[in-house]
Amino acid sequence: MPTLDWFPLWLSLEVATIATCLSAGVGIWLAWVLANRTFPGKDIVDALTALPLALPPTVLGYYLLTVIGRNSMFGQAWESVTGSPLVFTPAAAVIAAMLHAIPLLVKSTRAALESVDHDFERAGRSLGASEWRIFWRVSLPLAKRPVAAATALAFARCLGDFGATLMIAGDIPGRTQTVAVAVFDAVEAGNTATARWLVLAISAITILLVFLSNRLERRRPA
Amino acid sequence: MIAGASLQVVLGKSFPPAEDSAGFDLSVEFEAGPGITALYGPSGSGKTLTLDAIAGFITPQAGRIQLNGQILFDAGTSVSIPPRNRACGYVFQNYALFPHMTVRRNLAFAANNLPRLERHRRIAELLERFHLTELAGRNPRELSGGQKQRASIARALITQPKALLLDEPGRGLDGQLRAELYTTLLDLKALSKIPILLVTHDTEECFALADNVLLYQNGRILHRGSPVELLRNPGSAEVATLLGDFTIFSAEVLTLDPARQISTLKMLGQEFNGPHLRGCFRGDRVTLCARPEELRIVGKPGDNRIRRVPLRITERPQAVRVDFDSGLIVDIPRDQWAERPDDIWVDVPAGALRQISK
Repeated sequence: MPTLDWFPLWLSLEVATIATCLSAGVGIWLAWVLANRTFPGKDIVDALTALPLALPPTVLGYYLLTVIGRNSMFGQAWESVTGSPLVFTPAAAVIAAMLHAIPLLVKSTRAALESVDHDFERAGRSLGASEWRIFWRVSLPLAKRPVAAATALAFARCLGDFGATLMIAGDIPGRTQTVAVAVFDAVEAGNTATARWLVLAISAITILLVFLSNRLERRRPA
Repeated sequence: MIAGASLQVVLGKSFPPAEDSAGFDLSVEFEAGPGITALYGPSGSGKTLTLDAIAGFITPQAGRIQLNGQILFDAGTSVSIPPRNRACGYVFQNYALFPHMTVRRNLAFAANNLPRLERHRRIAELLERFHLTELAGRNPRELSGGQKQRASIARALITQPKALLLDEPGRGLDGQLRAELYTTLLDLKALSKIPILLVTHDTEECFALADNVLLYQNGRILHRGSPVELLRNPGSAEVATLLGDFTIFSAEVLTLDPARQISTLKMLGQEFNGPHLRGCFRGDRVTLCARPEELRIVGKPGDNRIRRVPLRITERPQAVRVDFDSGLIVDIPRDQWAERPDDIWVDVPAGALRQISK
């Protein structure tokens, strides 16, 4: 049996870990804003946040290319600061993964925050606590299980992205080739053994994550 | 004007009718000094809404709320201090103790703004005062209803509030715990000279604790005064009905004797001697009321007595309550009821009758 190249799996895990951490920060903040604040254009922000869940991944990839590609303003700024383009790098794969993770996290975290009994938050306010402190010490700990469940699902979603990743991170073996892309490549090349092992590995990890996510969702604190 | 600590409230808030609810207007005005002021009335009369407006959880459309001279809310100048700066302790109906924190951490959360040493001292002091020291390491789910209640009051007091708002604290507590709660609140009243607003729809709680009662109905204050004053003079049939225990009589004025301060009335189909009736003439119809403990049961006919058959007998802690037809309610000591005559006559003394409307 030829030696299997496990690089795509390690890269996917690395990309998914970074993307999930960054998405958790952005997603939980956005969820809090949408759950607690009223501002003009809230409905538009709400719809835009959910859009990546509905759009085809290649369309998302196209938008990303427009925004962070080498000819875009952001892409050029990035290149002038770092000396290298952003697209077709692992960092681009992280951005593609985040685009899928953030909507998932926002939707579930918002629902979890909104389901926290408002009397707890009111109690916090009447005790002189700031909104920030109430969020960190009261609302988020009370919603931690569904938020953790959503984070596990978001991680799984990050691991499996194909379309957007292919469009902005490309398919460079040993550099930007993630598992999903590597499986596609291996099947195209008739390398079924590689495809099978990668498929088995990613399936096992994903099943574990979904199982974990379900457990977290089910066991709500009393 | 009440000397010392004072909470002055004028507020108006309208909720337009919606698909699943009728509209509601809250329009109240009162001043509460040190001691316990009960907001008493049926569910849905706007009592909790008033507390929420004072605490800053809802924004009224009109009015002004002042605590010790500081404006908390003023619709005219669009001033609305955020809830965290209002210094109003709030004890929630469901206690709202943070379930993921121990009792000590619940108190520490509230004491966060105090200097470190002061924080520890104050937490220890309140744990001690509310008999919670032994329970400080427990989570709220491991506490009984009464313990949760005490922890919730202790937490509200950590911040040294200038007013304390209690939303139905006795709800769901049985007799023993209720008695403990009363002791806690009466001690609190004696120790802290701040206005304490107590929302309740329990007559017993209201009369056991309150210095003043604001009687709520449909978003308005129908009547106000000390519990004794309210019982002595309910002022209207509506208030008497809300207070629950009154017998209400509809009568016709037969004679009036201003010199002797008496009257003769026709009610329940016969003549009764009554008190002096203000602003009445012969032939007027008036509504009067009487407390159940002021009516008596006797075995013989006589003046101001009417023969009645008991409809329902209810055992109560202090007495036996007997409901007769025509809405007559009489409370009599248990031993007297045990030795009751076969033929029952209800004695309605002239002094027990109070005019509540012309």
